[in-house]
Amino acid sequence: MAFSRLLIANRGEIAVRIQRAARELGLTTIQVHSAADAESLAVKMADVAIGIGPPPAAKSYLDVGAILRAAAETGAQAIHPGYGFLSENADFAEAVEAAGLVFVGPRPETIRTMGDKAAARAAAQQADVPVVPGSDGRVETLAHARIAAAEIGYPVMIKAAAGGGGRGIRVVESAQGLEGAFDQASAEAKAAFGDGGLYLEKFIARARHIEVQILGDGRDAIHCYERECSLQRRRQKVWEEAPSPALSPQARETLCASAVALAKSVGYRGAGTLEYLFDDATGEFYFIEMNTRIQVEHPVTEMVCGVDLVREMLRIAQGAPLAYKQSDIRLRGAAIEARINAENPALNFRPSPGKVTNYSPPGGPGVRFDTLLHSGCAISPFYDSLIGKLIVWDETRELALARMRRALGELVVEGIDTTAPMHQTLAADEAVGRGAFHTRWLEDWLTARAAS
Amino acid sequence: MTEILSPLPGTFYHKAAPDKPPFKTQGDAVAVGDVIGLIEVMKSFIDVQADAAGKFVRYVANNEAAVMAGDPLAEVA
Repeated sequence: MAFSRLLIANRGEIAVRIQRAARELGLTTIQVHSAADAESLAVKMADVAIGIGPPPAAKSYLDVGAILRAAAETGAQAIHPGYGFLSENADFAEAVEAAGLVFVGPRPETIRTMGDKAAARAAAQQADVPVVPGSDGRVETLAHARIAAAEIGYPVMIKAAAGGGGRGIRVVESAQGLEGAFDQASAEAKAAFGDGGLYLEKFIARARHIEVQILGDGRDAIHCYERECSLQRRRQKVWEEAPSPALSPQARETLCASAVALAKSVGYRGAGTLEYLFDDATGEFYFIEMNTRIQVEHPVTEMVCGVDLVREMLRIAQGAPLAYKQSDIRLRGAAIEARINAENPALNFRPSPGKVTNYSPPGGPGVRFDTLLHSGCAISPFYDSLIGKLIVWDETRELALARMRRALGELVVEGIDTTAPMHQTLAADEAVGRGAFHTRWLEDWLTARAAS
Repeated sequence: MTEILSPLPGTFYHKAAPDKPPFKTQGDAVAVGDVIGLIEVMKSFIDVQADAAGKFVRYVANNEAAVMAGDPLAEVA
């Protein structure tokens, strides 16, 4: 399993991040790239760079054949998939292994199981990890729905079993409203999907998104505490923190222990994240899904735990056992990540590709900037808008917020629009200062500001 | 004759989805603000709105064509 030549099947800031970890381990870095990324920072930094196709991702970063041919041509022995693209594609992981290479991540069957919502929910239940309470399967009749709703507890959400896209969904506040909503949802589901089957799920009005970082070596698993990612726009995270400002030490231990139990039950190998909804009102948490890869927001965990997650992924892929026992992982201080996107927050987040005419990164104590930016670089219209992640650490959350404001003030990106001004306002916001938010808070905040 | 220009670089689409008809066909009435196509940029879809009224003549850029900001997309007369 030992390898010395690592191919990075990704682009942008995460390709740069993986190369840094690889270089510290003495590995040779091989960077694949599309025609649009020939002048990218990741290509400039790499020991070896190889083109794999034209700009659209479907013809380059998502082209399994092109990536495996590049690996063969460059003598790669392992492939790190980063996040997005092919990172959670079990067929890709299988193809990499079939080609005699090491896939830096979990076994293909783990990716497959945890990528299937129903299978992941079943695995969680088997490991005694709480899932969003719901009817086990369909509710066929109103009487059945009444029993199920009483067991789950109101408010409940009625969903179409065959559903998707929000159709057939009704929120019911109390038993009185169940009959009308059940009939409507059933009719709507039948019209939309040709199947009037329904199931019930607990409705959580004001949930936080909290996730637990896991590391496993296939035999043992540990957690590196949690991140809170409740500030989202269109289900995309824009601001992440570690630790969550909402958890008591007791709740934190319970949540993290549940994640370790699930990771151990599937013999997890590599870095992974279990995502939960946390209900502020009741203090309950519910598993929603697992991501079997490194995440965009992994640096906040690295800052508060002092663990290099990407380096650990590479070491584990080389066959090494976990370098840490659970008791080695200590939570210290607070870290915040602001995603800097090439978008104009004043124009409804209109994408802003183009040439960066002037760039100067922030620095100083407790500041980290993971980015694809370099002087004179061009931001391509072909890929997502993330151009950098500004991460700060300090002894307390309050100090970290002050450090975020200071660091944002130092960041200079000219020639394109970025979301940095929105983060500057958020970092000074009173509710953000109290950590008083939920997954719909940011959209409400943006709507209110647009109206005023 | 007025040209509607692309507001952004990206991929131009005549239709809201592959199985939908084009936003406009020859002879359709066009009002200022009508959506005549979409630009896909950074995995987002941005509406292309007409900035002149009249009758739709034709698409100048092909469906799924890569376009630059300022490229002509369609003609209105």
